[in-house]
Amino acid sequence: MSETAIPYMVKPHPVTGIPNGKLGIWLFLASEVMLFGALFSSYVLIRTGMPHWPPEGGLSSEVLNVPLGTFNTAVLITSSITMVLAWASCKMGSLPKFKMWMGATVFLALVFLVVKYFEYSDKFHHEHFPSHDNFYAIYFVLTGLHGLHIVGGIIVNTFLLTAGSKMWQTDPEHFTNRVENAGLYWHFVDLVWIFLFPSLYLL
Amino acid sequence: MSVQHHNGGNGHGHAHDGHGHHELPFWRKYIFSVDHKMIGIQYGVTALAFLFFGFSLMMLMRWQLAYPGQPLPLLGKLLGETDMPGGVMAPEFYNQLGAMHGTIMVFLGVVPLAVGGFGNFVVPLQIGAPDMAFPRLNMVSYWVFLPGTLIMIASFFVPGGAAQSGWTSYPPLSDITGQGFFSGQTFWLFAMVLIITSSLLGSINFIVTIVQLRAKGLSFWRLPFFVHAQLVTAFLLLLAFPPLEAASVLQIMDRLAGTSFFLPSGLVVSGEPLKIAGGGNPLLWQHLFWFLAHPEVYVLILPAMGIVAEVIANNTRKPLWGYRLLVYSVVFLGFMSFVVWAHHMFMTGMGTTMSTFFQITTMIISIPSVIILTCFIMSLYGGNIRFTTPMLFATAFLPMFAIGGLTGLPLGLTASDIYLHDTFYVIGHFHYVVAPGTLFALFAGVYYWYPKATGRQMNDALGKVHFWLSFIAINFIFMPMFFQGMAGLSRRLYDPTIYAHGRGVQTLNVVISWGAWALAIAQLPFIVNFFMSLKKGARVAENPWHATTLEWAAPSPPGHGNFLTEPVVYREPYEYSVPGKPNDYSPQFRAEA
Repeated sequence: MSETAIPYMVKPHPVTGIPNGKLGIWLFLASEVMLFGALFSSYVLIRTGMPHWPPEGGLSSEVLNVPLGTFNTAVLITSSITMVLAWASCKMGSLPKFKMWMGATVFLALVFLVVKYFEYSDKFHHEHFPSHDNFYAIYFVLTGLHGLHIVGGIIVNTFLLTAGSKMWQTDPEHFTNRVENAGLYWHFVDLVWIFLFPSLYLL
Repeated sequence: MSVQHHNGGNGHGHAHDGHGHHELPFWRKYIFSVDHKMIGIQYGVTALAFLFFGFSLMMLMRWQLAYPGQPLPLLGKLLGETDMPGGVMAPEFYNQLGAMHGTIMVFLGVVPLAVGGFGNFVVPLQIGAPDMAFPRLNMVSYWVFLPGTLIMIASFFVPGGAAQSGWTSYPPLSDITGQGFFSGQTFWLFAMVLIITSSLLGSINFIVTIVQLRAKGLSFWRLPFFVHAQLVTAFLLLLAFPPLEAASVLQIMDRLAGTSFFLPSGLVVSGEPLKIAGGGNPLLWQHLFWFLAHPEVYVLILPAMGIVAEVIANNTRKPLWGYRLLVYSVVFLGFMSFVVWAHHMFMTGMGTTMSTFFQITTMIISIPSVIILTCFIMSLYGGNIRFTTPMLFATAFLPMFAIGGLTGLPLGLTASDIYLHDTFYVIGHFHYVVAPGTLFALFAGVYYWYPKATGRQMNDALGKVHFWLSFIAINFIFMPMFFQGMAGLSRRLYDPTIYAHGRGVQTLNVVISWGAWALAIAQLPFIVNFFMSLKKGARVAENPWHATTLEWAAPSPPGHGNFLTEPVVYREPYEYSVPGKPNDYSPQFRAEA
């Protein structure tokens, strides 16, 4: 890799008060806001253009499984808490505690995906594919893209939990920063779900 | 990066001084390089190649437009019976060329050259940084971009050929042409997703680099105007591109999963009702597309303005007129570019309140553009101008961009837009902005920074031939388009002579086509110059133009890590001809000058 020393990789910049990576992750999240913002706007536009929502009649809360959705919301919120605890463990200098909390975060993320799998397969079982109508199209695209973000988070968090944690021995501050950045991303993914759940399942 | 320090016992003796020259293997140095200069050159060369390719597509179309229905000599046979039966261009092929010309020029040519090329190469040097903030991310951004471009080109070879729905890919047409994964439009969408992702990664890198890695003493009010322009551009890329990514995902779903995001109920295609759920909205695509594509216009023009500012200050030997005004204007342009998108949609029947709003914002956004142009013209006043090749291109940018900008006003007013919409007038307007505007500025940039990138000067005589031939030819192409457009000639006609009002301006089509082919010939001196100067150009020291900004403190070409000693900035960027100083330039990086 490049041997050029880039300033403020680990230490915060004296003016902005944060290192490069943290500014980078915030900017990335800004672009993610625009991505999901565009999708939510599309949802609003399509829904307001329909005489009834869902188009087949009934209520969203009858078509989608609200108890499972509620459970998943709780799972993700809990995983955000464990993520903060993982970062706090790094700050307090305990790698074993970090591993415990980070492991819990990854586990909860997997629980979320398993529940999502049951929800999806139930819809597919009833031949409710994205092509069925725009209600399902919106539902699958929004939750699918959110699911991909969850998968991305699992990959990053698993890396930090395993091979990435070697950095703890050489540069604990840099490692803690990485955990914090992964956490910022994870909270964002959590936040997206907190918007998705009521607007898809309840409204 | 820093990780490497800890397991660096590989005998290289790592260069902690930041400019070590231990040799990397070929593939690390030239292919999977993490050095911003090499990545900038990769982007630049790729983009130049695509500019010429996209231009070639247009030259083919110009044959059909000038001589509709006549067989194209020589080339017509080579392109095969599907696309050119009997040497005559098929309408489907014409549509493919049109859509791909626009897409390639914008997304594979101008943006990668202006942002990926010049941004990557120049910005870290101008701010005195050893590299971009995230060198590996920078490499990834290029290697996401390249597969995107390859998919885009590969789309010519799938059944049915490349995308045919114009560079804007308006549904329902784009949703229903070609079926399945192996179709031009689907390839177009996947390529766009990759290219957008690459831009996103790049823009994050630019912003972090400019905010965090400026050299000591380089406050925001001491940044060269080019860096300000790139910073605003990066924000546009960061915030405007995701909506098109979302839109592309939705269109991919429409095409592959059978959803109806952009397909309304009751759609009838070729007399058959389409078997879809319906309930979608084709206008949704237009909103999402133009929410990206209007800021995109400023992504095309702002880096060009940045280059022009650098070249003008350097060659007039005086400070830029109204430097702070320029910076305020460029930031204001950036903000405003997010609230003008629907002026592309006056004809969609979106309601007069909306139209009025976007008409007003469009008139407002023309103000900072005029301010910027005025500042540049004022900068020329009283200057001791050196008409070098880059300066010729930068000077020509001013009237060309002015024509492009002023002809845009009638398009921003709803009343006149109703008549001019989708005519050749529009083509003339935005090509004046992007071709003799942005592209001339980019050529100025190539001639200006070539010595920094290679350590050799490009030939000035060949450069002037390139400039004058291009300047004359390009006006023969785009000026007649205004007259065709005002005669009502529609922009996407395969055969312009099918309507009586088109036959009246058909002679102009012949003029335009010969202009286009002449412009191609005018590029030969540039191509020869570009490659010949690599070996034969006059060697230069670090500051051949006697410039003041930081990139000229580094060796030409700069080694890994860029600067021999850590640069410190002492003054504002354009201190030329300061009274009482022995030289007519006082570089930012010299304590006493």
